[in-house]
Amino acid sequence: MLKIKDLHATVGEADPKPILKGLSLEVQAGEVHAIMGPNGAGKSTLANVLGGKPGYDVTSGSVEFAGEDLFDLDPHERAGAGLFLGFQYPVEIPGVSNVQFLREALNAQRKYRGEEPLSGGEFLKLAKEKAALLKMDMEMLKRQVNVGFSGGEKKRAEMVQMGILDPKFAVLDETDSGLDIDALRIVGEGINSIMRDSGKGVLLITHYQRLLDVVKPDRVSILADGRIVQTGGPDLALRLEDEGYDAVMAEALA
Amino acid sequence: MSEAVTLPTRRDEAWRYADPDFLVENNAAVIGHWRTLQVPAGETRGEYTVHRSGATSEGMVDRLRVHVGKGGCFEAFKVITGGKYARVELEVTLEEGAHFEFGGVTIGGDAKTQEFVTLTKHDHPNATSNQTVRAVQWGKATGSFLGEIKVARHAQKTDAAQDFKGLLLEPGASANAVPQLEIFADDVKCAHGATVGQLDEAARFYMAARGLSQEQAQRLLVQAFVGDAFVELEDEKMREELLSATLEALENAAL
Repeated sequence: MLKIKDLHATVGEADPKPILKGLSLEVQAGEVHAIMGPNGAGKSTLANVLGGKPGYDVTSGSVEFAGEDLFDLDPHERAGAGLFLGFQYPVEIPGVSNVQFLREALNAQRKYRGEEPLSGGEFLKLAKEKAALLKMDMEMLKRQVNVGFSGGEKKRAEMVQMGILDPKFAVLDETDSGLDIDALRIVGEGINSIMRDSGKGVLLITHYQRLLDVVKPDRVSILADGRIVQTGGPDLALRLEDEGYDAVMAEALA
Repeated sequence: MSEAVTLPTRRDEAWRYADPDFLVENNAAVIGHWRTLQVPAGETRGEYTVHRSGATSEGMVDRLRVHVGKGGCFEAFKVITGGKYARVELEVTLEEGAHFEFGGVTIGGDAKTQEFVTLTKHDHPNATSNQTVRAVQWGKATGSFLGEIKVARHAQKTDAAQDFKGLLLEPGASANAVPQLEIFADDVKCAHGATVGQLDEAARFYMAARGLSQEQAQRLLVQAFVGDAFVELEDEKMREELLSATLEALENAAL
């Protein structure tokens, strides 16, 4: 479903710094693939490159998403094609309500796919249902996008957005950071109920095992210095938690 | 005998950003003309206007002198989408306990010069005024707000506020804020603030990642930005009209 081949990318316009140095990775439909790795390994860069964030340059390599060349698509077209990027730091948009933002976003995506737009009533019904799934008060959705939300509320709101937009594939960048234990379970269960489907895939970027206890990954890869250095089953994450990156990576590179 | 009218020049503080071509090409009688409005004590009057004079016309000057009686209220909500030179000027004198509410938006590109110029005279105690102006410009356009507030010696408990924000969609556009406060009373509140910035890149990418095109994201962000100017306008239908006229002007904007 997502096929990344020998991806090289730099960040920064004036003085480009290579971050991804030949990253290859494949995620099949129906699969949750966790990416773990030390700080500075390139995890967030990978998410940003997949989303098409300005300032990141792909110097070589390719990414195929659902049969299409991902880099042929503008960021909003990637969303329309079914790619969802969950932000590590969701952005505040003063003056724009969640309801207006998400309705316009959903209808823009539907238009891209040649589907009919949802009416106001249909949209509110859908939003209510997805907010309830993440135990978020509907009143929060009437407020401005992420403005005044706590760190945990922002992450929960990201998952409500994912529920409403119903993507084919989600790249979730440290969705677990800033969450207390209860919120972590709610978010994890949200990911399961929205994305656990034979036709969908997830790339789950995380530092910690605790989210993986809830969202049980099918595959786990270690990203270090811009490359995938090891891929394994869920037990790899457990070993990392026990032994640390250095020990596991030393063994992988040996 | 008619009063001799002299042509303003850019040496006058209140005309410093005016289009010099327009001043040269139009006679003093046109530029010097003032409309007047009396708001009776205790009553409310309003003006809600979209100034659309096209990009090809030379422009327009609209000057209005308002006197607000005791406890009365004058509200003006105005959008300038036109040019090449468009100037809307309000001079408002407030009697005791009167209120002046102003929301203004300039929005335009090309080489348009669009400006609001206000003179608010707090001549009596307990009067209040609140002015919110937003400028959205691109191309080589300029949006300006020159706001003068005069508080007379005995006009205690005056509460006057001015807030200006400029949003420049591309390099080459500009926005000017000239607040002028002249205060002779000692128990007053006068607040003013001015900032000029660009569209938030992080918000644009966030919106793109949710499926909104650059154009849609820009429209939504501009809508949020100018919305502040209409917050105090209670008539929802009128608010919608002004907002849609504003966003219509954005359609040929730079991305």
